[in-house]
Amino acid sequence: MKNTLTQITLSNGLKVLLKEVHTAPIISSWLWYCVGSRDEVQGRTGVSHWVEHMQFKGTEQFPANLLDKAISREGGSWNAFTYIDWTAYFETMPADKIDLALRLESDRMVNSRFNPDEVTSERTVIISEREGNENEPLFLLGEAIQQTAFRIHPYHHEVIGDMADLHSMTREDLYNHYRAFYVPNNAVMAVAGDFESQSMLTRIKELFESIPAGSEPARLARPEPPQNGEVRLSVEGPGSTSYVQVCYRFPSASHPDFFPLSVLDSLLAGPSNLNMFSGGISNKTSRLYRALVDREYVVSVHGGAQATIDPFMYTITMTVHPRRKPEEALAALDKEIQRVKEEKVTKEEITRAIKQARALFAYGSENITNQGFWLGYAEMFATYNWFETYLDKLSAVTVKDIQRVANEYLKPQSRVIGTYVPQEGKS
Amino acid sequence: MANRINSLPGPDDIYREILPNGITVLARSNFNSPSVVMAGYFEAGAVFDPDEKLGLAEYTTIALMRGTKKRTFDEIYNALESVGASLGFNTGVHKSGFNGRSLSEDLPLLLDLFSEALTMPVFPKTEIEKLRAQLLTGLAIRAEDTGDMASMVFDKILFKDHPYSRPEDGYPETIQSITRNDLVKFHHEHYGPRGMVIAIIGAVKPEDAVRQVKRALGGWQVKGQKATPELPPLKPLKKTVNKHHRIAGKSQSDLIIGTNGPKRRDPEFMSASIGNNILGQFGMMGRIGDVVREKSGLAYYAYSSLSAGLGPGSWEVSAGVNPQNVKKASDLIKDELKRFIQEGVTADELADTKANFVGRLPLSLESNGGVANALLNIERHDLGLDYYRRYGGLVNEVTADDVLNTARKFIDPDKLAIAVAGP
Repeated sequence: MKNTLTQITLSNGLKVLLKEVHTAPIISSWLWYCVGSRDEVQGRTGVSHWVEHMQFKGTEQFPANLLDKAISREGGSWNAFTYIDWTAYFETMPADKIDLALRLESDRMVNSRFNPDEVTSERTVIISEREGNENEPLFLLGEAIQQTAFRIHPYHHEVIGDMADLHSMTREDLYNHYRAFYVPNNAVMAVAGDFESQSMLTRIKELFESIPAGSEPARLARPEPPQNGEVRLSVEGPGSTSYVQVCYRFPSASHPDFFPLSVLDSLLAGPSNLNMFSGGISNKTSRLYRALVDREYVVSVHGGAQATIDPFMYTITMTVHPRRKPEEALAALDKEIQRVKEEKVTKEEITRAIKQARALFAYGSENITNQGFWLGYAEMFATYNWFETYLDKLSAVTVKDIQRVANEYLKPQSRVIGTYVPQEGKS
Repeated sequence: MANRINSLPGPDDIYREILPNGITVLARSNFNSPSVVMAGYFEAGAVFDPDEKLGLAEYTTIALMRGTKKRTFDEIYNALESVGASLGFNTGVHKSGFNGRSLSEDLPLLLDLFSEALTMPVFPKTEIEKLRAQLLTGLAIRAEDTGDMASMVFDKILFKDHPYSRPEDGYPETIQSITRNDLVKFHHEHYGPRGMVIAIIGAVKPEDAVRQVKRALGGWQVKGQKATPELPPLKPLKKTVNKHHRIAGKSQSDLIIGTNGPKRRDPEFMSASIGNNILGQFGMMGRIGDVVREKSGLAYYAYSSLSAGLGPGSWEVSAGVNPQNVKKASDLIKDELKRFIQEGVTADELADTKANFVGRLPLSLESNGGVANALLNIERHDLGLDYYRRYGGLVNEVTADDVLNTARKFIDPDKLAIAVAGP
């Protein structure tokens, strides 16, 4: 079945992508804003995520208690996500009800109230969200690593923000951030599902084109300088299980090396699924599983490559075997990293990684919410074409490419190693 | 526009066949994506576990893929992962389950691996020991997880002296006591085609799906497959029971307050389900979310859930709160439960939830996995192949009185199980 794709930019700068998919009477509408924790300064960390929460607190037209009920009543599913680079809002609705979602999104692009009482009650909700995160050893470790790896660049802090800022930020901080970044020229509207493109486009124009363009949002220009030397850190906390995370610096998703590195990730740790709604596959025959889990240095190992605007990190997470020390796990990992740098991988391994990626794509396209996701997601760090040509670019990766990027990116002097040291019975 | 009712599974597009050896096959095709899901269950749940070897059923299911008469652990996963397929087993109280997916071109391979794991596992000693360390680490992590521990404590209060009070993943000492022989014996006694159900959904014709299952598992015969034991009756709580499980050093406590709920087949299931949606799901987590999260700002999550299966279920309200706010949140939730059984629900609330139930159905059936779950639900609870076509009617016939009577039947604010895990 051929799916029609429409791409157009409205006069106010709002980019619109429409993909007709007539497999079920469902439409998924996604509105992406190019704003995330990457756009936050110290003192206002977590502001993007908090603004996202405030977007559910109502406008004049859709007051808070009516808003969520309106979507749910129509059988819709909706949510929002804030990431380091972007904030996304989606509604997946029965096809004949999608107009409600479109009206809601155009309204809250400009008319959210940010009522001071709502700001007050949401402050403790978000503090509670952060406290829940702090219960997790891997959150504590990840946060320590990120703030070490990024001293200058705003990837320094977690999306949820620092506790101090969650206590001190004001309603004005939130509102100003909203006004600065929630402008049509900083947004992408992506809709997939059971509609006709022409009438959908007409409706989107009616609802969105009258919203005036804003000034181009100012971006922080604080690139992270090169790291010259390995950094090791440890975090202590409750528990009896040790974790080690090893983080290498990775390029942005738009960099050509992102593709050979994706294949390398697949070989080392099993394929990372960039798709948020369709799960992954096991990694029990990846190189790291065979070398680390099979040989009982760790009980699990995972790799995570993420598609980002600015260079971010590739993180290998190991849950250390109860009979091993973190240093033993790290030494075993280093042997495998050395091997991929010194010895060429086989052509078969690359072919396998591509087949895995193809399967993950197929699973992702079972679902219309997912198709809507991909339409806009790739626009945040590249263009939709990035997604459409992804498999072709993976297929072009050679054995030589893999060896080159392994040597270029998996360098000990630019990595950060973090260990979670459990303090059993001490706290 | 795609037609709304016809897109729901029904007797005209669900294929169902019982093989001579007792396996029920359900199939429905979906050629929109070149992928396929295989999922189902069989009768080898944790209900068979002896107390001193709790976790045996789960250990057995996880060990199935650690080596078979035909392939080693690495060979099994190499075959799967090389084609981007996945296959896994899990264990519940009554049944054990499985879930796999692949590109449709690889379905024969997926079924071969599944069949080998199920019918000819060899439980290699070294692999069993590796697994044991992984299971024990999992239990050590569980012991530090406030949500997991609150849930375990809750089940212990609510299902006292009943098999439902036992965690399917066992305890460190029971996992330590399980031997390879126990796994072999458990597999020998409890695995068999009787009672097994497989759903295959995706880019394959139903008749091809059935043919492939027949080829892989049609010849499987087991003599003396043990019958699932009868469960003892539940002892209802006589008064509210509070338990606080201490986990030091955590920033947040998990709180669960609840009581028993209906079985899936009970006539009250639909009215309980609608009531639960109003109580702690609808919109941003219903009335509970409104009071605990929106109005008081006490929690990021606060919701209610109904868990209804083959036996008596539970009806619980969960929240993650700062350790200092446990009492405050707990009082708010108890007040809401009281209000719920005193006042019932309003006509508007009822209409909202009914619309929500009917409207969201196509969304839950979007993916192959969603359809597989739906068909297995029909089969497990004998709901009829036309269940999802009749669903709107079943939802709409529930009245506010039904919801109130059901709430009063199950919820007694003086007889609650209250579990807290945290500092």
